[in-house]
Amino acid sequence: MHEWALAESVIKTVLRIVDEKGIRKVTEIKIKIGEMQQLEYEVFREALVQLKPVELKDAEFIIEVAETEFKCRTCGLKWLFPKKELGEDVLEAIHFLPEVSHAYLRCPRCGSPDFEITGGRGVWIESISGVEKNG
Amino acid sequence: MVDPRISVIDDRVRKVGRIIAVSSGKGGVGKSLLASTLALILAGKGYSTGLFDLDFTSPSTHVILGLKETRPLEDRGIIPPVVHGLKYMTIIYYSGGRATPLRGIDFSNAFIELLSVTDWGGLDFLILDMPPGIGDATLDVIRLMRKPRFLIVTTPSPLAFETVKKLIGMLRELDIPIVGVVENMKTGFSNIQQEYRKLNVKFLGEIPYDPAVEENLGNVDRLLKTVFAKEAEKLLEHLTG
Ligand SMILES: Nc1ncnc2c1ncn2[C@@H]1O[C@H](COP(=O)(O)OP(=O)(O)O)[C@@H](O)[C@H]1O
Ligand SMILES: [Mg+2]
Ligand SMILES: [Zn+2]
Repeated sequence: MHEWALAESVIKTVLRIVDEKGIRKVTEIKIKIGEMQQLEYEVFREALVQLKPVELKDAEFIIEVAETEFKCRTCGLKWLFPKKELGEDVLEAIHFLPEVSHAYLRCPRCGSPDFEITGGRGVWIESISGVEKNG
Repeated sequence: MVDPRISVIDDRVRKVGRIIAVSSGKGGVGKSLLASTLALILAGKGYSTGLFDLDFTSPSTHVILGLKETRPLEDRGIIPPVVHGLKYMTIIYYSGGRATPLRGIDFSNAFIELLSVTDWGGLDFLILDMPPGIGDATLDVIRLMRKPRFLIVTTPSPLAFETVKKLIGMLRELDIPIVGVVENMKTGFSNIQQEYRKLNVKFLGEIPYDPAVEENLGNVDRLLKTVFAKEAEKLLEHLTG
């Protein structure tokens, strides 16, 4: 499950930010996962919990799925991830590498492969809440 | 909003000894062929070797290797399949050979994604097959990878020299190590060697134009018996030394 690799990157980055910002006690970590990457929510959560180091023992993970949006660079149309129209193989390829959507998706209006993924691509850390040192 | 992926890239290539970017200012000079051949020769000599095709929009190493239908294993990351003794990564696993147009931001995202989830394990060499020029891939390799070294491929043409000069200039400016320059597809006399010496880059050798190459693409055993491969093998000392 490559959810684990992504979870590992989240933990590592949180630790770095916590250190940089001088946060003493982390209470909440809000993570967004883009719909198109179709991460297995439970696997991802479990990986985060298992990988959680003592520095983050009081932290709760809030994981939210963000809708994936595309915008055509040619005609300007905006549209959402057409999950139901895609076969299992294609969904799996996009799960591993969202950019290959450029191989399989086209603008529904003008047919262009030149579109932008404007939201909900992969995994990102939305916010970290806690108590700052000296704060 | 923070992208967490960057933080693990170093970990994923921690056990990689040397990262060699096979690069050029120009396309069509033999980067993919040389990158693949060198990787195969290194693996044949017992070095544990990876090959990563970074020409996402025009990948071609899979044709040189004669890749059969396969996809990476998914464990706690992505495990590159072993192809002819190489740990091999290509976008082809996911794009299935369809045209995959990518702009700069998409290239970077795809590159970061693959770097952050691919578990290369222990490697003596990771060979990168680069797209031509000093665009996205070159900048990202320099930005994101630990200590890449550039092996530069050129041809006898002054046009290749003109573009390679710029690549060398940029690498120098950024203090990125250059293994040296290889002159490929040599047919007659050329004095390109002198030009590179003037630039103070190591000239590693020349590889003749070898008509046997094209008919053996996709057949690794026969490819390794060509004059091209025999000459490429002579470059090994510059990589391993
Ligand atoms: N020394 C050589 N002799 C004959 N053909 C060669 C030689 N080097 C490369 N080629 C051929 O030239 C073409 C371009 O090579 P390729 O490796 O795809 O270049 P690049 O990756 O630099 O664009 C390919 O068809 C390849 O087989
Ligand atoms: Mg190439
Ligand atoms: Zn459009």
